[in-house]
Amino acid sequence: MKARGFGKLEIIGGAMVLGLVVVAISAPLLAPHDPTRAVAATYGDPGAPSLVFPMGTDQLGRDVLSRIIYGARVSLTVGLAAMAVTIAIGVLIGLVSGFFGGAVDVALMRFTDVMLTLPALLLAMAFVAVLRPSLLSILLVIGLVSWTQVARVVRAETLSMSRRDFVLAAQALGAHPGRLIARHILPNVLPVVVVMAALGTSNTLLLDAALSFLGLGVPPPTPTWGRMIEEATIYFRTAPWLATFPGLAIFYAVLAFNLLGYGVLRARTQ
Amino acid sequence: MLVFLVRRIVFGIAVLIGTSIITFAIAFVIPADPAVTMAGAKADPQTLATIRHELGLDLPVYLQYARYLDRALHGDLGRSYVRRDSVAHLIASRFPATALLAVTAMVVSLVLGVLLGCIATAYRGEATDNALLIFSLALVSMPVFWLGTMLLIAGGLYLRSFPLGGFSGPSSLVLPTLTLALGSAGYYSRILHTNLSEAMDQEYVRTARGKGLSSARAMMQHAMANALLPLVTLAGLDLAGLLSGVVLTETVFNWPGIGRLAYEAIFNLDIPLIMGTVLFSAFLIVVANLGVDVLYAWLDPRIRLSEAG
Repeated sequence: MKARGFGKLEIIGGAMVLGLVVVAISAPLLAPHDPTRAVAATYGDPGAPSLVFPMGTDQLGRDVLSRIIYGARVSLTVGLAAMAVTIAIGVLIGLVSGFFGGAVDVALMRFTDVMLTLPALLLAMAFVAVLRPSLLSILLVIGLVSWTQVARVVRAETLSMSRRDFVLAAQALGAHPGRLIARHILPNVLPVVVVMAALGTSNTLLLDAALSFLGLGVPPPTPTWGRMIEEATIYFRTAPWLATFPGLAIFYAVLAFNLLGYGVLRARTQ
Repeated sequence: MLVFLVRRIVFGIAVLIGTSIITFAIAFVIPADPAVTMAGAKADPQTLATIRHELGLDLPVYLQYARYLDRALHGDLGRSYVRRDSVAHLIASRFPATALLAVTAMVVSLVLGVLLGCIATAYRGEATDNALLIFSLALVSMPVFWLGTMLLIAGGLYLRSFPLGGFSGPSSLVLPTLTLALGSAGYYSRILHTNLSEAMDQEYVRTARGKGLSSARAMMQHAMANALLPLVTLAGLDLAGLLSGVVLTETVFNWPGIGRLAYEAIFNLDIPLIMGTVLFSAFLIVVANLGVDVLYAWLDPRIRLSEAG
């Protein structure tokens, strides 16, 4: 059962993520046109892909390729920041629950159970609708509905770690609970957290795209992949490419993080 | 078994109460004034006060919650502010369309997932296994609303074999089912592959192989029983999730289900309908959890014995 070419998975995934980051950062250099301006003289009709506009133009004459390149910025920002919120909440609840046990553990885990029964997308939609869509509200809401899995896994890891000899030894030497958690338990829980962060980002990216598609994403004129697909659905008979390319972009980004996370996970368990 | 069952039911009820509190809290922070929603922006203060009194909005919070809980237990989830119909009736009228789609999608995704998982495990470590791994990760990575739109373009527009949305006979079920099932199939195949691979390395499977059983038979007859267990849990919970409405797929295909209902409720800030759909969904998840636990205990005596002891 030696890793037989499986190291390739996380390398491919990592390279794809890196590519995405590069595109997002250097969007102004890479994008051939202004993503928010009409650059094609098509007057209300989407333009088919051509040499000048490789992915066509939308109903307002804006260049689809440029919008997708700029869209990487929003998607990556929301995806990563929401993942950070998810991990922060999940790790905190998991650590506290697993380390202190007893009534604290019971209370926190029952709360997690309740959160797990609530439909994440509906909950996110309701929150965003109430708070009004903005970059900040969206990434907070996504984090707020996605932390349960992280909390459960971190709690289980913490529970097994806090019974190990090296933790018990530190405890016997009089180490503070805060120090025990920060110096002895957290570093050992971290590898699992890294895997969950990679897989979690693919989830936050999908949730963000879904909210955008439902009209609850980062508001215009900022281009987002989800809203590009939503706007394109009216034209899917006459201009199917409009919905195709932004979807491929989401697919690419989600697949990148999935390959990375799954690759690391496999390498760890083999 | 009885102790186990009672314990699980009590736990389920506790979770539902917690869920109802959170749902109620959400409705409470929604800044829309129900009286204004119902009577219109130009209503005089007298009318608004009457409506507020009728809805019990002038009561203290805890009394409002008690009233809500009492009614919910009697199957009364309130009336939609916008649709002027009872929430329970609205959900019930949308349920058949959602249920039909959910059950078909679940069957298709399980069949596909188990098939893919078995093939991948049979070719463990070979090129086929790797290819299937990447294939299933690709299935999982596709945004559902995009996959739906693409299938609509391919199947409805180019092939002209399927209707472009709506609910009209068996052929209209094909594209939404595929949209929902492909992603889950990829997910299930990975889970099954992991479990099946683990089981294949166990002593009892090796013994069976040592006694001359072929690899395929050892997998299907011995390893499969253990590998399918975790899939039962997942599928049960996923089915509950599907039954409570699939917002994205129903939106793409204009499917008259609960997901569309919830989506419209959120956009209208129709509070009783939002609370109703969320609570209904939580109820299904709790029931599914209970069902899965019982099924599990029945299939695996170790669980019921350790829990009851």
